[in-house]
Amino acid sequence: MSKLYLYLENGEIFKGESFGHIPKSPKVSELVFNTSMYGYQEIISDPSYCDQAIVMTYPLIGNYGVNQDDSESITPHLNAFIMREYCDHPSNFRSRQNLSQYLKTHKVIGLHQIDTRKLTKIIRTEGTLKCIITDRELDTNEKKELFTTPYVTNQIEKVSIKSISHFPSLGGKRVVLVDFGYKKNILESLLKRGCDVIVVPYNTSFEKVQEFNPRGVVLSNGPGDPKSISEVLPTIRKIQEAYPMLSICMGHQIFALANGADTEKMKFGHRGGNHPVIDLEADKVFITAQNHGYCVKKETLSSTDLEVTQLNLNDKTVEGLKHKSLPCFSVQYHPEASPGPNDTKFLFDQFIANLSEDNYAQR
Amino acid sequence: MPKDNSLKKILVIGSGPIIIGQAAEFDYSGSQALRSLREEGIETILINSNPATIMTDKEMADKVYLEPLTIEFVKKIIVKERPDAILPTLGGQTGLNLALQIEREGFLTREGVKLLGVNLNTIEKAEDRQMFKELMLELGEPVPESKTVNAIDQAREFKNQIGLPLIIRPAFTLGGTGGGIAYTDEEFDRIVKSGLDNSPITQCLIEKSIAGFKEVEYEIIRDKKDNCIVVCNMENIDPVGVHTGDSIVVAPFQTLSDKDHQMLRDASLKIIRALKIEGGCNVQLALDPYSFQYYVIEVNPRVSRSSALASKATGYPIAQIATKIAIGYSMDEIMNPITKNTYACFEPTLDYVVTKIPRWPFDKFHSADRTLGTQMKATGEVMGIGRTFEDSLLKCVRGLEIKRCHLELEPNKSFTTEDLLTKIQIPSDERIFEVAELIRRDITIHEIYDRTKIDLWFLQKIENIIKLEKEITPEKIEPKFIQKLKINGFSDEYLAKKFNLTEIEWREKRIELGVTAKYKMVDTCAAEFESHTPYYYSTFEDENELEKPEQETVLVLGSGPIRIGQGVEFDYATVHAIKAIRESGKRAIVINNNPETVSTDFNTSDALYFEAVTFEDVMNIVNYEKPTGVICQFGGQTAINLIDNLDKAGVNILGTGYESTDKAENRDLFEKALKDLDIAQPIGTTVSSLDEAIKVAQDLDYPLMLRPSYVIGGQAMQIVYEQSELTEYINFAMEVWPGQPVLMDRYMIGLEVEVDAICDGEDVFIPGIMEHIERSGIHSGDSFAVYPPQTISEKIKDDLVKTTVKIAKDFKVKGLINIQFIIKKEKVYVLEVNPRSSRTVPFLSKVTDIPMAKIATKAILGESLKSQGYPTGIHPEGKLISIKAPVFSFSKLRNVDSALGPEMKSTGEAMGRDTSMQKALNKAFKAAGINFPHYGTILATIADKHKDETLEMIKRFHDCGFNFMATKGTAKLLELHNIPVTEVEKIGRSDRDLLDEIKDGNVQIIINTISKGKNVESDGFKIRRAAVENGVVCMTSLDTTWALLRAIEINSLGTIAL
Repeated sequence: MSKLYLYLENGEIFKGESFGHIPKSPKVSELVFNTSMYGYQEIISDPSYCDQAIVMTYPLIGNYGVNQDDSESITPHLNAFIMREYCDHPSNFRSRQNLSQYLKTHKVIGLHQIDTRKLTKIIRTEGTLKCIITDRELDTNEKKELFTTPYVTNQIEKVSIKSISHFPSLGGKRVVLVDFGYKKNILESLLKRGCDVIVVPYNTSFEKVQEFNPRGVVLSNGPGDPKSISEVLPTIRKIQEAYPMLSICMGHQIFALANGADTEKMKFGHRGGNHPVIDLEADKVFITAQNHGYCVKKETLSSTDLEVTQLNLNDKTVEGLKHKSLPCFSVQYHPEASPGPNDTKFLFDQFIANLSEDNYAQR
Repeated sequence: MPKDNSLKKILVIGSGPIIIGQAAEFDYSGSQALRSLREEGIETILINSNPATIMTDKEMADKVYLEPLTIEFVKKIIVKERPDAILPTLGGQTGLNLALQIEREGFLTREGVKLLGVNLNTIEKAEDRQMFKELMLELGEPVPESKTVNAIDQAREFKNQIGLPLIIRPAFTLGGTGGGIAYTDEEFDRIVKSGLDNSPITQCLIEKSIAGFKEVEYEIIRDKKDNCIVVCNMENIDPVGVHTGDSIVVAPFQTLSDKDHQMLRDASLKIIRALKIEGGCNVQLALDPYSFQYYVIEVNPRVSRSSALASKATGYPIAQIATKIAIGYSMDEIMNPITKNTYACFEPTLDYVVTKIPRWPFDKFHSADRTLGTQMKATGEVMGIGRTFEDSLLKCVRGLEIKRCHLELEPNKSFTTEDLLTKIQIPSDERIFEVAELIRRDITIHEIYDRTKIDLWFLQKIENIIKLEKEITPEKIEPKFIQKLKINGFSDEYLAKKFNLTEIEWREKRIELGVTAKYKMVDTCAAEFESHTPYYYSTFEDENELEKPEQETVLVLGSGPIRIGQGVEFDYATVHAIKAIRESGKRAIVINNNPETVSTDFNTSDALYFEAVTFEDVMNIVNYEKPTGVICQFGGQTAINLIDNLDKAGVNILGTGYESTDKAENRDLFEKALKDLDIAQPIGTTVSSLDEAIKVAQDLDYPLMLRPSYVIGGQAMQIVYEQSELTEYINFAMEVWPGQPVLMDRYMIGLEVEVDAICDGEDVFIPGIMEHIERSGIHSGDSFAVYPPQTISEKIKDDLVKTTVKIAKDFKVKGLINIQFIIKKEKVYVLEVNPRSSRTVPFLSKVTDIPMAKIATKAILGESLKSQGYPTGIHPEGKLISIKAPVFSFSKLRNVDSALGPEMKSTGEAMGRDTSMQKALNKAFKAAGINFPHYGTILATIADKHKDETLEMIKRFHDCGFNFMATKGTAKLLELHNIPVTEVEKIGRSDRDLLDEIKDGNVQIIINTISKGKNVESDGFKIRRAAVENGVVCMTSLDTTWALLRAIEINSLGTIAL
């Protein structure tokens, strides 16, 4: 096992062992933690983690291997996967390879034998921070140079599909899924409900969307800062005027921005499968899967046509929005689960119900 | 949905005495419930018959009724107290059943009392097999296919539909007699036939076998708003087939993917929603290791042992939250009590691994059947928290106190590989050790998997331990490798042995290498939020999270897992010690590894260290915390056994120290001390060989009382009547406790009395004297104890006090002391001195209203008894008579003899209190669950030496209206005295013998004093087991029988005809 070094922006250094790809040159990433105890394959393959290094707070990862069904995208986009102890001998009937093989294939760094609780507490206290992972010791200058190089913010462009793809369903209601870095299970959730889905790149024009004559539009999840793609906002405004819309995660933030609200970076975000969200109307709490580092600023909503439908029970951040007059709503979390609880799958049914009412028929 | 303000007064029902399957976890949940209610300003009433619990302390509720948990008494209390509601979901199956019975009668409705947390309909749906099956079908949740059959043809038909293997469960037979799993057609026919024969209604349930499936559990909470959360999920290492209470359990899931987990989570939530449970619930499921096929096994619509484990494993206090829900709150209105800044409505996430290993009583019951199946046999459990699975497992192993500090076979036992390969096919308490040994002998984990169906993941982890073990060489004493061993849970004790050092030497060496324990917090949220609750576990990683405030600190040692001889009484004392330390303005920290108890509730102490109570783990804490001192006397023998090493390591022992405990436990020192004090004791000596023993026996004369030195609960204590028995015993002891001398005493028959006292070095305060109903020869833990004493003279009382004072002072006791006496011919003999908290401390504290453990702790901390208002002397006796009754779990343990003797067998205790001896006896028997009849037939099988003594008793039973059945000898005697009797045949003498009479329900009480010894084949044993299996009251001591007679007499027609 070769040694890897993890340098943090705040000067801390962790030494651990590699079990995945070994970077040829020092790799800079944004360091975040995820508190899910299961679902690592889905997490690794979630495009929203593009350019990040994930610390898993659960200490034993890789126990049930990697299978053929549970990936959320074909290629993982994260830089590194960090944990206390990686399991070399997975045991589960669906396992086809171990995590090490999977990470090596996709050139993702695997780092273990790390005090991940200590690391998590640093992130919690200092907020999300930059890190460098390398197989050799770095001198001060090297570190400084790497840490001061500004972040690239083209993650959505990187992960969004380059060409349109169609998942036909005969006689199904057509839905356009705008891809900011979609998870496979959003697509599956629509297909399972009989939709005919067309996935389009994030910067597809309104006119192009119109050509498909959809019954509704879904804005997907995706990596990075929503403001990095403000060029799409006018398109979104046109889409919501024309079609019922469901927006998830990044989609939710874009939906808010398009309606005049603002977003901000959170201290260390929400990443895990146990986040309680209260639905203000139903007065009920759902346990949700989350993965976001930005959120909608609540105070900027008052001057918009949006209203808050759901809040995070713990920090009271905005978790759900709906348009006051249009059949468009959004959630900050992942109703498609994978990984995480299925408590809010019904949101897809609500979206489908909006399609049936044919809300825009008169227009 | 805030609190229901109409609830001003609530009755909480406890779970009663501790028996296998219902233990200290309900003291934990009940205490949480009471605290939770009082926080809301609700008046609380408690009924529970178990004096050995924290929840029955008078500070815990506004009113505590230590009364029998029977419908009769619950109703009386309801009528007297008029509560607005009953909370029955935190008192185990006992509490739930009681509440439901009175609800069913319409009593609650009539009295206008609400039932909180459950409703009748829910319980029936969850607990009635057929209704449960129907509900599952309705919900589309799979249950194993099954069919009730009355004939072999029906059974075959079902077999042809479903295929083998099948489980055959005969209806209405105890312990599943006649049933089994069939893998072949021949087996199937044979078992079904035997099952139908054995069933009194010729009926069997044929069920699809899912043995070999993974067994998993979910702990769920639901509130009125239908919010549902999973607090914890757990995976059993032992596949389906072993009771979850007897399984080694790991939290969270290790071998399930998120898809598997979410599928089972959805199913569990669907079920709790359909049952509309408001509070805690446990769902057990079986998952095919090769597909997504799963089955729902069982639902427990209440707080359970598993929920106590889940609470300790996650930090999320299920009972506390369930109580708040029961009085109207929803979870989004309740703060998470551990983080204090997030809400209770979320799912805890762990950043460590938790393992639980049950503690079985097989070290006490040598003849017991050690195989594990659907009947739970464990008395307690230990939990280990680690950052690796290996660490959590090995912490459990060393914390079990079964003379092992590593995954090794029982000391001094050897098996061939072939033997072991056969043994592991059947689950037993030793299986995990056998599996490790096989891996050590290079048997592949795949072969082990084929035989055990234990998931390869767990086997691979055990293999990892063995691999590391094999890498250990003296040359490898270097920091990196040692660090690796330690993070994988290797104990210092084991490593010291490997490196040929004493544990203290090795410890020093390890610290020199810079390998030291670090502490991490249990916080429910994997460090996502800042937590303010000091609940810690150790690991050998980088960061130490410990925050040590600038305050004088005292470390209290807990008593480890609950076992026979060391029960919840020691946790009671531990908790009181902690409270007293806090009251004195000092910081109280505790170490313990028992997830069922109040002492490991993070609310109890200023810091909880969830660790095995071993020298290593205590020292690691001492190292960081630097406490002023360590208190050992409340943690039973577990803590006492550590005094020697702690003392050697320079730790300040607060209270009675090593010298005093050694003086009490070292036979020679003890004898000399008493001689010097001029105190009488039964004559005896220690022997180290058989020859010596035989020689000594000639001098002392039989009968003799034998026991190994340094054991608890009279373990392996035996009375022998002749040389052959002596030889057998000595050979056995030399094998099991090599190098340890055996104590031989003249067995002295007399009245047994015990005294608990407190000494501060100057004064000796005696709260009370307890008199045993059974004469000497029956372990004090198995005796009925009466306070105040009823038959001893003032002069004897005076002698007892004087002797106690003398001993306490001479032994330099600081804190509690317990002394056992025998009184014979108006003379006091000292049997045993225990310079520590004893089993009777909670009972005596409650009946005298003197908080003994608290006073003792304060005395230990330097507050004199005088200044506390307890000067030398005995506390005046109260007016009420209180009786402590032992409670047994024989029905759970096959092949265990229920005859009482010097070795302790009871698992719990109950008490009865009233204005007269007879009334108190009546309550004590009822509280102990002895449902004595008021008329019927008594089967008397009396040893010759007891016959005269019995006659008077039998006459009085006869006067109460009992009939008699007896074998020839006894029958003749009764006839001679004009007592009508039916003669029955001895076992095996004819087609119909006395066992048939017992089985057919023709006998209501058995008085059996025949056959001593441990022979499983003896008639006496068979009669006693038949009694246990058929639920017949069986008396093996004449003294207890007298007491029973008095209880019966008070219920009989107390008048005569004109």
